[in-house]
Amino acid sequence: MPSPAPDSSEFAVELTDVECWGGASGREPSLTGIHWKVAAGEFWAVGGLMGSGKTSLLSSIAGLFPPARGSVKVLGTSWLDVSPEQLPAQRLKVGLVHGGGLLLRHLSVAENISLPLRYHHDAQHSDVLPKLGEWLAATGLESVAERPGGAVSRNWAQRAGLARACSLQPEILLVDNPLSGLDPQDVRWWVQFLGRVSEGHPLLGYRRLTVIVTCDDLPVWRAPGRRYATLAGGQFRVLDDASSLEGWATTHAGPV
Amino acid sequence: MSTETSAKFVEARLAVATVQHLPASYVRWVGKRIIDFGASVRGILAFGLISLGVLITKRRVASRVIHPLIWDQVLRSGVAMLPIALFLAFALGLLIIGQTVYFTSRVGAPQFLGVVMVSVVVRELGPLLAAIIVLTRAGTANVIELGMARASREVEALELLGIDPIHYLVIPRIAGVTLGVFCLTVYVVVVALLSGFLWAFLQNVPILPSAYLAQFAAALRPMDFVALGLKSSAFGVIIALVVCYHGLGKPMSVEDLPRAGARALTQGVIFCVIVDALFFLAFLLL
Repeated sequence: MPSPAPDSSEFAVELTDVECWGGASGREPSLTGIHWKVAAGEFWAVGGLMGSGKTSLLSSIAGLFPPARGSVKVLGTSWLDVSPEQLPAQRLKVGLVHGGGLLLRHLSVAENISLPLRYHHDAQHSDVLPKLGEWLAATGLESVAERPGGAVSRNWAQRAGLARACSLQPEILLVDNPLSGLDPQDVRWWVQFLGRVSEGHPLLGYRRLTVIVTCDDLPVWRAPGRRYATLAGGQFRVLDDASSLEGWATTHAGPV
Repeated sequence: MSTETSAKFVEARLAVATVQHLPASYVRWVGKRIIDFGASVRGILAFGLISLGVLITKRRVASRVIHPLIWDQVLRSGVAMLPIALFLAFALGLLIIGQTVYFTSRVGAPQFLGVVMVSVVVRELGPLLAAIIVLTRAGTANVIELGMARASREVEALELLGIDPIHYLVIPRIAGVTLGVFCLTVYVVVVALLSGFLWAFLQNVPILPSAYLAQFAAALRPMDFVALGLKSSAFGVIIALVVCYHGLGKPMSVEDLPRAGARALTQGVIFCVIVDALFFLAFLLL
């Protein structure tokens, strides 16, 4: 059974006056003045067009790139206060799935998923096979499990990236534009799977996960209880209710 | 256009092209090269210190993942290089003994064959040859592999998974390449010495295998074994560090890979020769 949502006063992610790096060089401010609080267990969809700063925002939350200004707190701890010794443990609390999956090209899909499990538990490949099999089945990757990471389509690579991130049992899951370039069937799979992950997936111990998804098309993610925000013109804006999604879609994603 | 006019046109174009490719100022060009080289040396030293720190602090972390990677590197830098290394070692023995026999037979001193082989093969050319084989074959392949990992953001992926990229990508290469160069050096030395005797035998040099071995044993000093191990290990560490630094040390795109490979090769050779010279100085002083 899904566990109840945690107290909303405990913020999973808290951004205060954040300015993110971005642009072609990666050293230009792409987003400014972000104040954002994400309660534990919430599902957020953040919409923005290409180059609006979606990847920069998620990378800053994941602690991959420090923001140009401001503070990013994850589960109450600012990335600036994390010592090099504490960094790997803190990183494991946040799973980031990049667009395209970012698989290691020389490893197979199965080895990509099992690598972090083996590394953090000092285990042989055979030791993690049961867990690996569960995640391969859950993400529908059995048929491509032995293919090299660099030789699978974007959809499979992203699913492998998702399985890899989830297998480490994170508390926050960040997914960067997963629907880009997918056919309707795969879009449906992603929307449904991330919904299950958010509400408490069996492989995640029925825990409610905090999920933040970025996208080009916000209305796809419409569901009760979810929250929405947009990135446009270097500004982050929280949408007050789901009804404003249609207006956003007309302005940003409608036919030209 | 007549033939003469065409020739003049081509000549003029060539002259322009030559002038355009010449540096504006040689002093500035040389100065820039020296500064770039100094920056690389500093970067490689810093990279080496960081790697040493990771090696010490994570020596017991994920050994079931890291150890197979080390053996994979030994396979790629040692075992896979064996055929070409043995071929070159065989040729090296023939060449050195061929030249030595030619000169010693003119002065009637074939008893120096073993001494020459120890001085040239064991102390100098054996380790250097093994290092250059590994650098040119396995080293450049590693630069491309690491550069691709950097360009395709695999390093970022490792960091996100809480895996230290230095621990996963660099440490196995340092350990594996060092072990590979050391083992390859031993094989190169042994094969060069054997092929040297074969050549002497074919040239009817009046020396018995036992006498050749006795000369060889008399010329060897205990310090030679220590120096051989230290030098080949130093070459291995240098090659791995230079290769990893140029593959991973800086943000890279796919277009930068050929230049990074060429730079790693050049600097690897230079550093190995410098270390070789330092060992020679130490040999003279001790």
